[in-house]
Amino acid sequence: MTELTSTSPSQEDGHENTPAKLGHSPVAPIPHRLRVTDTDPKAARRAERQVASMFTLSMVFIILAVIAYATIDKFATIYIPVLGEVGTSNVVLGLTFGIAVFLIGAGAIQWAKKLMPDVEVVQERHDMVSEKSDDQLAAAQYERGKDESGFARYKLIRRSLLGALALFPIPLVVVLRDLWITPADSPSPTEILSETLWTSGKRIVSDGTYVPVRPEDLPVGGLVSALPEGIMEVQEEEHNMNARGKATIILVRMDPDQIRSQQGEGWDYNGILAYSKICTHVGCPIALYEQRTHHLLCPCHQSTFDLADSGAVIFGPAARNMPQLPISVDEEGYLIATQDFAQPVGPSFWERDRT
Amino acid sequence: MKFLSARRRNPIVAVILLIAALGAVGITFSAVSNIQPAQAALGTQTQVEEGKKLYLEGCSSCHGLDAQGSMNGPTLIGVGAAAVHFQVATGRMPLAAPGAQAVAKDPIYNEEQVAAMSAYIAALAPGPAIPTAEDLDYSGADVAEGGVLFRINCAQCHQAAGQGGALTAGKYAPNLMESTPQEIYEAMVSGPQSMPVFANETLPIAEKQAITSYIMALQEAPNPGGLSLGRLGPVTEGLFMWVVVFAAFIAAAVWIGIKAR
Amino acid sequence: MSTTADHPVEKIGEASAQYVDERLGSNKFLGRNLGKVFPDHWSFMLGEIALYSFIIVLLTGTFLTFFYNPSMVEVIYNGSYVPLKGVQMSEAYASSLNISFEVRGGLLIRQMHHWSALIFVAAMAVHMFRVFFTGAFRKPREFNWLVGVGLTALALGAGFTGYSLPDDLLSGTGLQIIRGILQSIPLVGTWAAFLVFGGEFPGTDIIPRLYAAHILLIPGILLALISVHLMMVWTQKHTQFPGPGRTNDNVVGYPLLPVYMAKAGGFFFIVFGIIALIGGLVTVNPIWIFGPYTPDQVSAGTQPDWYIGWLDGALRLMPNWENVIAGFTISWNVLIPSVIIPGILFTGLALYPFLEAWASGDKREHNLLERPRNAPVRTGIGVAAIVFYGILWIGGGNDVIATTFNLSFNALSWTLRITLIIGPPIAFLITKRICLGLQRKDREKLLHGYESGRVLRLPHGEFIEVHQPLNYKELAVISAKEDLAVLPAPEKTDADGVRNPTYRVDQLRHKLSSWFLRDNITRPTDAEIEAGQAHASHTAALEAPLNEYELQDEDPVGHGGVLHHPGMPMTNQEQIDQRQ
Repeated sequence: MTELTSTSPSQEDGHENTPAKLGHSPVAPIPHRLRVTDTDPKAARRAERQVASMFTLSMVFIILAVIAYATIDKFATIYIPVLGEVGTSNVVLGLTFGIAVFLIGAGAIQWAKKLMPDVEVVQERHDMVSEKSDDQLAAAQYERGKDESGFARYKLIRRSLLGALALFPIPLVVVLRDLWITPADSPSPTEILSETLWTSGKRIVSDGTYVPVRPEDLPVGGLVSALPEGIMEVQEEEHNMNARGKATIILVRMDPDQIRSQQGEGWDYNGILAYSKICTHVGCPIALYEQRTHHLLCPCHQSTFDLADSGAVIFGPAARNMPQLPISVDEEGYLIATQDFAQPVGPSFWERDRT
Repeated sequence: MKFLSARRRNPIVAVILLIAALGAVGITFSAVSNIQPAQAALGTQTQVEEGKKLYLEGCSSCHGLDAQGSMNGPTLIGVGAAAVHFQVATGRMPLAAPGAQAVAKDPIYNEEQVAAMSAYIAALAPGPAIPTAEDLDYSGADVAEGGVLFRINCAQCHQAAGQGGALTAGKYAPNLMESTPQEIYEAMVSGPQSMPVFANETLPIAEKQAITSYIMALQEAPNPGGLSLGRLGPVTEGLFMWVVVFAAFIAAAVWIGIKAR
Repeated sequence: MSTTADHPVEKIGEASAQYVDERLGSNKFLGRNLGKVFPDHWSFMLGEIALYSFIIVLLTGTFLTFFYNPSMVEVIYNGSYVPLKGVQMSEAYASSLNISFEVRGGLLIRQMHHWSALIFVAAMAVHMFRVFFTGAFRKPREFNWLVGVGLTALALGAGFTGYSLPDDLLSGTGLQIIRGILQSIPLVGTWAAFLVFGGEFPGTDIIPRLYAAHILLIPGILLALISVHLMMVWTQKHTQFPGPGRTNDNVVGYPLLPVYMAKAGGFFFIVFGIIALIGGLVTVNPIWIFGPYTPDQVSAGTQPDWYIGWLDGALRLMPNWENVIAGFTISWNVLIPSVIIPGILFTGLALYPFLEAWASGDKREHNLLERPRNAPVRTGIGVAAIVFYGILWIGGGNDVIATTFNLSFNALSWTLRITLIIGPPIAFLITKRICLGLQRKDREKLLHGYESGRVLRLPHGEFIEVHQPLNYKELAVISAKEDLAVLPAPEKTDADGVRNPTYRVDQLRHKLSSWFLRDNITRPTDAEIEAGQAHASHTAALEAPLNEYELQDEDPVGHGGVLHHPGMPMTNQEQIDQRQ
């Protein structure tokens, strides 16, 4: 090793050497070890067989994959240790196809590593900057163009052209206005965001079963995800879930003595409180209600609200209380809203506090 | 129909409806209130006494000598037999150590003792009873409907695949993959610890059975796509991608770069 | 082509090449480029991983479009997945379920698509780290860095639009968050949200629109930019690490044909194979478990895919600031983490090469990579940025971390908030110190060889530690360090007392330059290095007789050849000669 290390870097600038192959010159007279496959023909044969068998195995696996596709029932499952009970078709197809493709790659790499020359070669680089003559040629062409077009001379043409080019994209932007198709009398976004289906006397039905809720149905510590009555009809009519996304609420019941504050006088009904289910941060639905602490936690960004205290924010990135819905019961004893939310539900927006 | 709609606004109709509603409420209430003494009576007097003894030994230091509650534990009056069975049979009570919440572990009391304690607490005041075999039979339930109800009522805390999730200040909603139908039912009616109560009035027994059948389906469900990664969603997927898949690519790249011998 | 074709297939090939050449002149290009040299290093393959996973994304994605239906029309599911039978859902979700359950191999392709998308972004990120930390973005490659930054941003968009398409509970919640983010933008936010969603959230337009973006707009631009990216690499030739024979004016490696083609082509199949294996063995995004999207349901542990996780983490860790100014609401709690921070990060990324070139005053072309230790400030900035990103990323999964390790996410969030502020500067300082320490060590090695750890007592009683000369590879690597001088401080006025008009800018530039360069340890001169190495050889020679036996046994092969007797060392020239 010692005599090799004495080669100083300055001596290693091998790019002066005459190219041995097209466009290449070897990397300087630095040592290069031959591989076993370079010196031992048996080893080379072995490597050849290894590479060839990888390619052959790949073919076998591809055939297996096709057979698996044709024969395995798509609903069959199989128990495999570590993986558990898994879909047979998916696993077998993935394995056979994956292995087949992997083997092509591994074979090619092995071929390159063991049998193709592992002599590194040198190629010259050239500065990216253009030759002087090319530079001048480009400049001359530009001058000719400027001259022949008269771009510099015809001031009026030049300015009007620039103006026209600046204006032409405008319609392409303007047409984006109707990404939201609005009829002439359509309410503004602010109005839309500020109104929900809740009106005075609207019954509260539980989500999923759509049965009206009575106060006595809800024990202390209870939680019900709820919606306004008739939500399904509205959804049917509008063919979307917009109304649901705004009107969804949760009903919780706590000991009336534990309610420290509310957003309005008497907005509860015997300890039953109704709050919007849509987080005031960025709008995830929340119903992670801890009945002991009366905390409501958003699973998306962990804003935490105290429902016993006007829905105030006690942790996390939300800035606003959860909007409370004032409730009462109708003469038949079902829970109803007494008015719409006093503030827009869901995330803040620019015009929110102007409503 | 015209006949009906024409008369719907008649004030007399309202009165009749009101009376009918009151009647219905009354009948329902008497039916419900009849059930509870009957179920409470399931515990024999000896069981109640045995339960009281066990209670005084094992529970009263936190929940008070008369189960009235103390600084260290809530009142147990009115929590019902279901709550006792859930807490004690899953080993959550008695508490092993103070912490954010009680942790499920091997139960300390045997079935008989749990039954005795349940009887004692149920005898103090009516509360949700231990479900009968009929209540728990979910064989006729619609699993897909259960899935919808699960996502509305349960997934927010227990996660869509029932793997559990974080609550505030170190509390958590437990994983449901080992839960039995009885535990699920009892948890819904009694609202243990942070969990709200899902009473039979807003979530009837049939729907509870549907939810149970969905949770059971989740427990038994195979993973058609292969290794489940805990069904925890993108966090474990991302972790797996970096730690295993990307590491495999780097290993392959290094192998390609190494000179052969 | 003037080769002599002796195989019938070769003859056909030759004829075709001729045919094409007569029309396109392609042989000129082939002749020049088939022998093009690419340097070999594992870290140069990170970009290849990104390219290959992108190709796999395209292939599998095309298959998915045959079955996926981007419609938000509500249907009743009647497929074979029993726990959802009879449930109302959008056609988008139903068709995604059908891909997973009814189409044979559909789940495999879907999972391969998702896995390779995750890998695509990951490979881009790591490739970017490699380029950053080795200074490969320096002149003449600044444009390619810019293209890379654009590609990264587009990849995030491609990923997020794809994440949203199945319209399951998870992806819909993601869109709900996007709506909240759009609404937080001052002045135009509300309208922007209404235009994007075609009205109120969720509406029925967003999935078809995302689909158009996901399969046409974004991949189209990605493809175009990737082509530009590769063409620039082709024209400028790949950078290389310093080493024996590697200079700024050459490129040392393997020719495209055959070695590089076999290696790169083989690597494509390896990436493809691993992705197919993972797609077959490991579940990704089991949408059937999450259920259909409705805006009033949510699952605990709702998270985006990993590459958006840092933005979700930023949203979580942000304090709840919101102001109403003149009646208008500004939600800093949403605006800062989801718009301003990513804006700053991407702008900073895009501008970095130009800032560094300006501050260092370096106008030379760089084809040799710089070792991270030799640019301590750059390396420090990079590590600080990774720490910043990493903390946000951890924040994005803090609930899963909290439940897994029995922690309180409240405590975890506060810890992360504090670490987010103090972590990056600390990381910067530590990294810079480590780099400078390594530079000192390098200087030592150049001046004295490396310490063998063996102490020798000389005949006259003196103890010396044996220093060994560096081997030729290490010597070449270490001595490739380049020193740059700090830009001089500007004069306030020139000799005639005229005020320097650019004084302030020059002063700033001087300060930046000084911050960037002043702590660097200077490289010894060539003469010093030579003397040092010669001295090390001398002490090593003193020890040599003692170790004769061991040295004989030592295997001279550098890459672990122990079991066979290797061939004799030869120079490249000798080997090439021998082959011919």
